[in-house]
Amino acid sequence: MNAPIVSSRMNLPVAGNTSSGNALELRGITKMFGALAAISDVTLSVKPGERRAVLGSNGAGKTTLFNCITGDFLPTTGLVRFFGEDVTVFPPHERIRRGLRRTYQISSLFTGLSVMDNVYLACCGVSRNRFSLFRPRPDDALVSAAEILVGAVHLTDDKDRLVGELAYGQQRQLEVALALSGAPRFVLFDEPAAGLSPTERADLVTILTSLPAHIGFIIIEHDMDVALRVADSVTMMHNGRIFKEGRSDEIESDPEVQELYLGGGHAHL
Amino acid sequence: MWTERIPAPWWVFGLILLLLPIVASDFWLFQIMGWTFILGMIGLSLMFLAGYGGMVSLLQMSIAGMAGYMVAILGPSGAANVSLGLSWWIVLPAAFLIAALFATISGALAVRTDGIYTIMITLAIAAAFFYFTRQNYSVFNGYSGFNLVLPPQVFGVNWRDPLPFYYLTLACAALCYGAVVYLARAPFGLALQGVRDNPRRMAALGFNVTAHRVAAYALASVFASTGGILLVWQNAQIAPGTIGISSAIDVLVVAVVGGMRRPLGPFIGAFIYVLLQVFSTDILGFFGFSADRFKLIIGIGFLAIVLFSPDGVLGLWDRWRAGVAARKAATTGGGP
Repeated sequence: MNAPIVSSRMNLPVAGNTSSGNALELRGITKMFGALAAISDVTLSVKPGERRAVLGSNGAGKTTLFNCITGDFLPTTGLVRFFGEDVTVFPPHERIRRGLRRTYQISSLFTGLSVMDNVYLACCGVSRNRFSLFRPRPDDALVSAAEILVGAVHLTDDKDRLVGELAYGQQRQLEVALALSGAPRFVLFDEPAAGLSPTERADLVTILTSLPAHIGFIIIEHDMDVALRVADSVTMMHNGRIFKEGRSDEIESDPEVQELYLGGGHAHL
Repeated sequence: MWTERIPAPWWVFGLILLLLPIVASDFWLFQIMGWTFILGMIGLSLMFLAGYGGMVSLLQMSIAGMAGYMVAILGPSGAANVSLGLSWWIVLPAAFLIAALFATISGALAVRTDGIYTIMITLAIAAAFFYFTRQNYSVFNGYSGFNLVLPPQVFGVNWRDPLPFYYLTLACAALCYGAVVYLARAPFGLALQGVRDNPRRMAALGFNVTAHRVAAYALASVFASTGGILLVWQNAQIAPGTIGISSAIDVLVVAVVGGMRRPLGPFIGAFIYVLLQVFSTDILGFFGFSADRFKLIIGIGFLAIVLFSPDGVLGLWDRWRAGVAARKAATTGGGP
């Protein structure tokens, strides 16, 4: 597909305080649903700009982990720090305003609105304009920011179409655009490649690898090809616990991991 | 120019409304059209909350009533022992502010609930406010309420004369309608529709969903208050009966019958409601029924609409137009 577009065309604003400490730090996170522990005692830290893949079978607790990080669920016990700040009990919107972003495993878009309106809305959400009673002027900064984002995920030709009319792959790309609005510092990608065609996957890898270096992310991905190409390090989860952590190449060749997760063979790479 | 974006039928429609006084009688101008616009504005405030925000509030008549009561309490009225008799330029802003405060506090309670529970909690607040006004004599003058509440003679015009009152209500209705149309595409309105469709995603985009919903209540109160103040001036009085439970439900009926998805809907619904209310006496009498059966006609009409066109009369109109377009396309050989 196209050459790295994001780094050249998408000049995402850089938020301050990106150098000291960890971007994201989880300590002893446990989330109980009744008597069932969806995740137990997860401790994890990710440095600013680091790209981490979280792997694990269905039910390993990956998405629950995301929900605890974004505040959709409050963890039963444990601590979440975002760039040094304790955000454990913050509501989701407060975390988002501090530079955290996420995408959803099942596209969670506004299907009755156009592509541009979706992205514009995302840009408003992290600006002071979110309560504005005035329509944007054509030269509005948020509108141009939205246009850049729409271009970055290759949807410029469809920007005025209703999201409900878009092809599945395009909706997945729009998910990514929404997560990059404003000045993201850290993004959680929940299976962004699920259901994409091989071409669309390659496109997604291009978008992810050409994100500005200061933006770190965690990606949940079943497709090892995508996960290992975009991530520097890997966290393996199993039954709600962290099972193994390491550099992507170490994990890939780890016999225990191959046994558990890859079923002995790994044909993708 | 923004005027170019307004389709031709709207210019015709607007012209008809502007020139209506040439042909219409005072009764039509004051009673039918005036009341339609007033009820339409109160219905519009519900349409804004329910259509864009997904919050069905039975509180809008109470908010309108609060603004109306404030005009009667703070300004001059026949109940001189209670009314303060302040000037209109203090009374009107104060009425809007107090009604907005009432809407904000009630909204803050209501937005923590969803669906049927929102309806119930707003109905409960409406009922509480109704009984409060009926039992409180020191401020709301109890059962008898306030009479002789007249609009101020600004610019030397008696605004309660049918012709000025018609244009006053028309102008207010047009402003409220325009405001809602405009807001729907402004960040606040877009976000409100986002909150309706996917609150969790909105939170993940940095929106405070609760604050947004409460703000919608505050904003909708402006339209309801405008209607409420005009209603008091039209009747020259306000009493607990104005804001009773049946009035609260009438607002819902008006919005549902007209159509809740577009700002025009409540005005269509209000027009139908007012026509039925005013003329059903004659029709019912002709068939030998009591005029009290008026609610029966409204009820049957409401049922029919809810059953056959959940998006109201406007929805029927949309489908009819789509049907005509489809037939036209079929006869011209599949369209362009």
